[in-house]
Amino acid sequence: MTTQFVSSTTLIRALGLVAGICGIIIVGVYEGTLDAVNANKKIALERQVFKVLPGAKRVQAYDALPNGITPAGDRDAPPGAIRFYAAYDAAGKLTGIAAEGSSAGYADQVRVLYAYDPEKQVITGLGVVSMRETPGIGDKILVDQDFLRNFVALDVALTSDMKTLANAVKTVKHGTKANAWEVDAITGATVTSKAVGRGINQSAQTLLPRLVPHISQLTSRD
Amino acid sequence: MNSTISNFDEFMDGLWKQNPIFVMVLGMCPTLAVTVSAVNSISMGLATTFVLVASCMLISMLRHAIPKEVRIASYIVIIATFVTVVDYAIQAISLDLYEALGAYIKLIVANCILLGRAEAHAARNPPVPATLNAIGMGLGFTLGLLAIGGVREIFGAGKLFGIALFGPHFQPWVVMVLPPGGFFVLAGWLILFAGIKANKQRKIDAEQALKGAQA
Repeated sequence: MTTQFVSSTTLIRALGLVAGICGIIIVGVYEGTLDAVNANKKIALERQVFKVLPGAKRVQAYDALPNGITPAGDRDAPPGAIRFYAAYDAAGKLTGIAAEGSSAGYADQVRVLYAYDPEKQVITGLGVVSMRETPGIGDKILVDQDFLRNFVALDVALTSDMKTLANAVKTVKHGTKANAWEVDAITGATVTSKAVGRGINQSAQTLLPRLVPHISQLTSRD
Repeated sequence: MNSTISNFDEFMDGLWKQNPIFVMVLGMCPTLAVTVSAVNSISMGLATTFVLVASCMLISMLRHAIPKEVRIASYIVIIATFVTVVDYAIQAISLDLYEALGAYIKLIVANCILLGRAEAHAARNPPVPATLNAIGMGLGFTLGLLAIGGVREIFGAGKLFGIALFGPHFQPWVVMVLPPGGFFVLAGWLILFAGIKANKQRKIDAEQALKGAQA
């Protein structure tokens, strides 16, 4: 191959041509798939919320800020805010709150979605949003009936001044659960069990003191 | 310069003779990482195939417009474009699949099969053979992923394509769906293919020796 001089304008023009074609392709596909992607995200979220709050028919996202709660827009939660989901049944009555908690598990962050019953002040359900725990060990948190029974009525009542949880949610060794706010760990999957308990505790400690004083804002809707 | 190679040969090249996984041993990152189930393997394979075919077609069409001084930059931009396209398409089709494949969709950009094909084939051939070769390579890659993913899913979860095969008493061989399982199964397939090849070679050698002895 003979070496010949190629002017910089030729090179820039070639790169510009390639970048132009690629830009048009990307923008076209982005615009074309945007609606479908958003619809998918909404369906995926609703499916997760409905799993932990079986009676729900409609979901509304809210952000809990230090000074109150506001309906969430399409964007991610602003810094410092906690995103949560109010679920309503067919009659428009508030059936519960779903919120996400996350904590480091054995392999990666374990992200869970828990259902909160504002009347009884307990956690009534647990679902997993994402985790990379060891198959057959850590992922028992999805199927282990003894473990899931922890989240039928897990006590997360606030203190009377509504500043913090009366009792922090705590994961205890398998078989030693004595109080309603304790999570009975799975034998052999202690790290993952603890991650679930810690994730819920962290999330509830911040979210519930912001949410509970304003809960009427949600129940009086519609 | 490839006038002697028929379009059919171009297509079969990647599917068998130059299989990217088992013969060229390229693209090992997704090969080992996403092949925990047959469905993931096929999806990853098809996503890669799409990127490979689309980018090879475009690169082949633009091959006279791209000076060789800036070719790598151009190829990478083109490949990255189609990876972005696939990324959005998969999000639009299924978020579950998107979560399962995770970062590996974006990592198609860095898959050496793509730049390798662009540089070694698409940039030197007209669009038709370049596209056929890319389709063959892509399907060969998909086949390779499926061979690994299928075996891992059968042993590691007792299922194939999510359908339980062995009934309720099956004890999953968990290591197969963990990262080491990818190495085990890939090694198993490579041993099998190397064995077949060695056997074939031995037969050819024996025949030649026989001919030599007769002559």
